[in-house]
Amino acid sequence: MASTDLETEFETGASACPGCSMASVAAQHARQQAGEEDETILVSLPTIHCAACINTVEQGLLALPHVKDARVNLTRKRATVHADPGTDPADIAADVERLGYEAHILDSATLSGDSADRAGRDLLMRLAVAGFASMNVMLLSVAVWSGAEGATRDLFHWISAAIVMPAVAFSAQPFFRNAWTALRAGHLNMDVPISLAILLALVTSLWETSLSGEHAYFDAAIALTFFLLTGRYLDYRTRSVARSAARELAALEVPKAWRLTEDGDEKVDVSTLAVGDLIRVHPGARMPVDGEITEGRSELDRSLLTGETVPVYAEPGRDVSAGEVNLTGPLVIRASAVGRDTSLHRMADLVAIAESGRSRYTSLADKAAKLYAPGVHILSALAFVGWLLYSGDLRVALNVAAAVLIITCPCALGLAVPAVTTAASGRLFRHGLLIKNATALERLAQVDTVVFDKTGTLTAGTPVLTNLQSLPPRDLQIALALAEGSAHPLSKALAQAARDAGVVPAEVTGVTEVPGHGTEGTWQGSTVRLGRAGWVGAGSVDQTAAWLRVGGDAAQPFLFTDRLRNGAAETVAALEQSGLRVILMSGDGPQAVRSLAETLGIDDWTAEALPADKAARIEALSAEGAKVLMVGDGLNDTAALTAAHASISPASALDAARVASDIVLLGSTLAPLPEAISTAGRSLRRIRENFTVATWYNIIAVPLAVAGLCSPLIAALAMSASSITVSLNALRVR
Amino acid sequence: MEVLSFLIPISIFLGIVGLVGFIWTLRTNQYDDPEGDARRILSDTYDDHPAED
Repeated sequence: MASTDLETEFETGASACPGCSMASVAAQHARQQAGEEDETILVSLPTIHCAACINTVEQGLLALPHVKDARVNLTRKRATVHADPGTDPADIAADVERLGYEAHILDSATLSGDSADRAGRDLLMRLAVAGFASMNVMLLSVAVWSGAEGATRDLFHWISAAIVMPAVAFSAQPFFRNAWTALRAGHLNMDVPISLAILLALVTSLWETSLSGEHAYFDAAIALTFFLLTGRYLDYRTRSVARSAARELAALEVPKAWRLTEDGDEKVDVSTLAVGDLIRVHPGARMPVDGEITEGRSELDRSLLTGETVPVYAEPGRDVSAGEVNLTGPLVIRASAVGRDTSLHRMADLVAIAESGRSRYTSLADKAAKLYAPGVHILSALAFVGWLLYSGDLRVALNVAAAVLIITCPCALGLAVPAVTTAASGRLFRHGLLIKNATALERLAQVDTVVFDKTGTLTAGTPVLTNLQSLPPRDLQIALALAEGSAHPLSKALAQAARDAGVVPAEVTGVTEVPGHGTEGTWQGSTVRLGRAGWVGAGSVDQTAAWLRVGGDAAQPFLFTDRLRNGAAETVAALEQSGLRVILMSGDGPQAVRSLAETLGIDDWTAEALPADKAARIEALSAEGAKVLMVGDGLNDTAALTAAHASISPASALDAARVASDIVLLGSTLAPLPEAISTAGRSLRRIRENFTVATWYNIIAVPLAVAGLCSPLIAALAMSASSITVSLNALRVR
Repeated sequence: MEVLSFLIPISIFLGIVGLVGFIWTLRTNQYDDPEGDARRILSDTYDDHPAED
């Protein structure tokens, strides 16, 4: 291990500077002897797409002296990097960005369960064994169907038994286990008729074979297991893809905080913070806990919590809540509530109340199963009793009962829903939508009303300057000079707009930022200030604004509005065109909400809505019979997201909102939304068609089975044909 | 029909070879990055450090 590392190290460094590479080899060797562990860094690479990209990233990373190994996984769009101890993950991300690819650090602790995908592998193994056994048994069965007789038929039956018995014992375990759990709890599920059909088929077939009988259902038993396992596996995979993508989103926001200790600041996990800790929050960072400001002045962006876009002034003594974003100056806060007690988590109470409505939804598959499971048992039992009374022969009666159970076995039912959901989720994932919940597609298809949140959902949460044209050039030049001295979002937006308009900054000296207030400087001997109204000495407007005062002149307002999210206008237009009712509900002030509603052509809007108001309005709509789709991103939306019939949140949303919603929009645009609703509608139609197809097969084959005319050949044909039809029909959604 | 005594064991044996092969690929994580592997084979640089674990 050590020697190969030394070699690669030498090779990569040799051409540039043999001496320094030798030095770094020696240093690395020393570190290895000191017993420090390598740093494993996961980097998400959303834009990577080709063989050349893999090469560029891997070679580029390996060329770095502190990187030992780099491996790109194109399927997951992720790179695993092994680097020297003490390497900062942020440096690796910056190196990848320099190679020309967008890179984000993933928290490896959050993703730890990801690689050990035991359940999926286990299912696949069982599927492979069932597939192997059913292929072999089918070969033998073909001989029997085409007329093998006497000793040959018995031999073939016994060989089939020898293959099928152990294969079923291994492969069908998930069904047996589920059925057993359901029976012990005293109710029926889909797995009970499945297990009963498989077991009864095996028992009667063994009995028949031992009596040199003509009909054995070994092939049916194993084919049943194979098809049903395929459905299970598809279902599992769809959910696991969604789960791992959701986990990756969570891993993108590494929850770290800076705790003040006697020996300086230390970087710790947010989960280790305690009440009373002093925490430093840098500009641009999110409050990790609830607390009180003890030091520093700044401005806070509360839009994710309340929907307000105007930043609030922050000074010592003011209470802050977890989730607020610190804008200008560094702050020190004393934690007053951590983890589950923060206001972020207290929202969970509201969510829990709304949740009870959601769980009342029964999926189509469950509805079908409720009708189906008892029906099959009754039918099969009736056939058994009928034949026993009619012929008095237990063997014949048992054979008929087994045939009925096999024919009615829900192969097509078991495949109908997972095959469609897999195809539809795959299609939507390619369009940038992540389906988190199994029944989300069905619910999305029924939607007739769409409720949007404003800030962060219809808007991108970044301000743009609106009154550039009406500002005097002199003020613009001074403002640009002052704005460039600050990292405040409004300053950045102002500087961007002014630069784009070709404004040249005025010569302002001594530019200093006063955290929480604005920036100050000297221009031609007089003091110039750009910042909050109160600090500059100006009036107020009911819109996001920064004010500029030059010397003793009247203050000049720079007005901002929130930039529309990409595709927002088209999406709203498309939704209204397809006959859906669109409502805008925001926690922001009436002025901002009205202007946005007018821009987008939404007639029905509400401003200054509290979280409980939003949820109440949605419940009122539901009570009127509307099926509401809620699209929102903030903490103030979580209750509404849960109360709605279906819910979507953008990837930029707070973790709490993403958890509460069924579907996550991965890109930065809203454009896939109308497409998602139409795809959901289409997949619901396919599921219904699949149920119809499956029912028709049963209607044709069941009378044959009850009449005792069903041979193993007919059973095999009916089962395979219905399963294949259903799968092909599902593929049409792709 | 004596030929069956060869053919049936042979067919089952071949089936088992395929099954064992599949289980081997599954156990050695060969389905972790199907898309990347499909592209890597087109690249002319030799992949001398395949994924571990």
